[in-house]
Amino acid sequence: MDRMTLPPEKPTSPIGKAIPRKEGPRKLTGQAKYIDDLDFEGLYGITVRSTVARGKIKDIQFGQGIPWDEFTIVTAKDIPGKNYVALILQDQPFLADGVVNHPEEPILLLAHPNKYVLERARQAVTIEYEKLTPVFDLEESLKGATKIWGDDNIFKSYLLEKGNIESIWSQAELIIEDEYHTGAQEQLYIESNGMVAVANAKDGVTIWGSMQCPYYVHKALLPLFGMSEDKIRIIQTETGGGFGGKEEYPSIIAGHAALLAWKSGKAVKIVYDRAEDMVATTKRHPSRTRHKTAVMKDGRILGMEIQFIIDGGAYATLSSVVLSRGTIHAAGPYHIPNVRIDAKAVATNSPPHGAFRGFGAPQSIFALERHLDQIALKLNMTPEDLRKKNFIKDGQKTATGQTIHEGVSMEALLDRALKHTDYHAKRKQFTLDNSQKKIKKGIGFASFMHGSGFTGSGEKYLASKVGIQVTGNGRVEVLAASTEIGQGTNTVFSQIAADALNVSSDFVEIFQPDTKHVPNSGPTVASRTTMVVGKLVQSAAIGVRQTLQTKGYLKESYSEEELRQACIKYVKDNGDLKIIVEYQQPPGIDWNDDTYQGDAYGSYAWAIYVAEVSVDTTTWETKVDHFLALQEVGRVIHPVLAAGQIEGGVAQGIGYAIYEKVRWHEGRMINGTMTNYIMPTSSDLPTIEVLFEEVPYEHGPRGAKGLGELPMDGPAPAILNAVAMATGQQIKSIPLLPEDLMRASL
Amino acid sequence: MKVEFKLNGKEVSVDAPPMKRLLDVLRDELTNTGTKEGCGEGECGACSVMMNQELVNSCLVPVAQCAGADILTVEGLGTQEDLHPIQQAFLECGGAQCGICTPGMLMASLELLNKNPNPNETQIREGLAGNLCRCTGYMKIFDSVKKASEVLK
Repeated sequence: MDRMTLPPEKPTSPIGKAIPRKEGPRKLTGQAKYIDDLDFEGLYGITVRSTVARGKIKDIQFGQGIPWDEFTIVTAKDIPGKNYVALILQDQPFLADGVVNHPEEPILLLAHPNKYVLERARQAVTIEYEKLTPVFDLEESLKGATKIWGDDNIFKSYLLEKGNIESIWSQAELIIEDEYHTGAQEQLYIESNGMVAVANAKDGVTIWGSMQCPYYVHKALLPLFGMSEDKIRIIQTETGGGFGGKEEYPSIIAGHAALLAWKSGKAVKIVYDRAEDMVATTKRHPSRTRHKTAVMKDGRILGMEIQFIIDGGAYATLSSVVLSRGTIHAAGPYHIPNVRIDAKAVATNSPPHGAFRGFGAPQSIFALERHLDQIALKLNMTPEDLRKKNFIKDGQKTATGQTIHEGVSMEALLDRALKHTDYHAKRKQFTLDNSQKKIKKGIGFASFMHGSGFTGSGEKYLASKVGIQVTGNGRVEVLAASTEIGQGTNTVFSQIAADALNVSSDFVEIFQPDTKHVPNSGPTVASRTTMVVGKLVQSAAIGVRQTLQTKGYLKESYSEEELRQACIKYVKDNGDLKIIVEYQQPPGIDWNDDTYQGDAYGSYAWAIYVAEVSVDTTTWETKVDHFLALQEVGRVIHPVLAAGQIEGGVAQGIGYAIYEKVRWHEGRMINGTMTNYIMPTSSDLPTIEVLFEEVPYEHGPRGAKGLGELPMDGPAPAILNAVAMATGQQIKSIPLLPEDLMRASL
Repeated sequence: MKVEFKLNGKEVSVDAPPMKRLLDVLRDELTNTGTKEGCGEGECGACSVMMNQELVNSCLVPVAQCAGADILTVEGLGTQEDLHPIQQAFLECGGAQCGICTPGMLMASLELLNKNPNPNETQIREGLAGNLCRCTGYMKIFDSVKKASEVLK
């Protein structure tokens, strides 16, 4: 069941059309039920957290004036199973047991029927610590003088080698070295995290909540309760944004709510307020990247040596895979004959950093794209000529040795983007005007690619499953654990299934992600939902059609009404019809986990982003005046949703570049409010223009690739390259706030 | 304290502590959960409602202030079967993604269009600057408001 059996797309196909968002009406009328909207009888839970970055817990005191007998109190001792959050390693506890390794680490849980008494109770718990020496700085962690995790503070290392980097330094006409930094970034979904749990020995554990990955929560709760798989049930409620921030942390909140429910025998709801969500949950990994590049005077890059370090915080969580994606993207869409990338994720005593759109790639791409502009300057070349000299072309190999054959020309994309933005004329004009003006203008760009789906053999190991079932009322339902978090999963899946069934998208329903009823289609991450899971939706829909046809319920060609009747009759005669398909790796993908060589991704999205900026040399504020996002993403399934993804990602990227600064004090975020952590408003952003090119990918549904993370990669380097053009300042660190630019300029 | 006000055209009476936030009264006492909490400090606008034809952050309004007021929330705009033109425009133009800022964004759009039926982009940007959206980058929201203004003319 593959595309061989799919007829050519008909004009009536919903693919490529801007059909209304599937769950749009219920969201627009306030009827969509998010976790905090659920009506439930039970207790409210709250988390008592560490006030120190690293230490031994010496004593826990419950203060005067609180009726403690009314509270359910849970500590690590109450855990029925194992006290670790199952993800990759087993180093992170659900509740600290004796030691704490970061500020805001959960130590104790409280529940009470009245949510308004919880905060006072939390304040009345006093925990005494014997402080241990913490490490807050990535460089200090790397030195390893104070050991805070394992033998050497290193969660994961990769050494990626292509060619022979040592052989080319002597041949180079110029060697250019520099160092780049990126800060943490808060996902800042507008719906904060929350979970409701019911738990008892008879029925097991049921969780409702805001999340991206129901089966991650499921996996985490199995050892926590030591129950069999069928006793743990996870249901995703309407989710108000994720961006990676609801990939791994929801497992912890679900575990906490379940532990309180287990001990109290009542349903328990935990909803974080904004401050708790900001200071306690994950953020984008801060990074430091060093580049050493061997170039010839004509712009040819002979070799790149890159050291890429990310700060993982106190526990391993997802840092190894964030590092992996950052490492693979570190050499960009260029053909570099000799590459060495030495990458490490290190521990510090801050809350674990985690998944955030782009997943390591925005960090390493920022460094590379800034570095290339600096190389161009040193070679007295234009940034575009330098890139054109080195863009990867079909038949050439990436840093992991993957031969590219996507039929996409980065050079053509670049030409189109520069022409569209009138780049050359603007560059000339701005250069001319800037010497006379206090407000200086600049234009800059970034070139990049972003791999779709899990890295390497990840998709093979995931072995995702999707089901489609025919209902007795003559509809079909998509059964998948892939979540709608705003990005459009429901709509895109219904388009893909409807196209395969040759009906309108209204014919298709999306079943609420619920581990009791839907198979594990993998996590909703890594730009994989449309390309990888969507392909499975398509295959399962074809399976439904073929089953109905081969069993004589449906003719070769049919109307929507005939399909409806066929479904009704089939279910009446035979009972349920459910087709479940499992991911099969497309042919020609070869990856070696040991050498980290091979086909890192089945496919890539390719992009050129161009930013125009103004820098006010009185206030040193940077404003983005115009932004162009041009990308090749395979077939665009839904033009409005796709553009919406790009625009939203670019907005987050602009925030990452010039607005959003996490301020740290001893491992704790100290500006954890929306007042003090500045994300872009409608007044701050430029017009974001979005252009697509579509080169169908043969293994994506109707040729689609992934695009969700892509727009996070380009804005920061494009903007900082534009700032460099405007001011002459080679800024190598983000976020770039006015005071940073002033300091650099004076 | 007993407080009476008008909610979406109907008289309601609630018994709540005077300093209880209007947001909580709407959601808990009146089970109108369409109004959302984003930050609880008046920064994000997710909890925006209309109070006497003025946009307010309901997380900053003690219910005691609402005696006799006329409150409009997203539940009073339109239904799933019969969307208000602003809701319809958001649906068609992609103005809602995750949906959590949407009720507040709709109320801010309503206020903007009530005061200025024909706003240009700068006015739309200013009119919505108190409502944060993390999904859309606002572009599709601007399109939605423009579209709604054309339909409502």
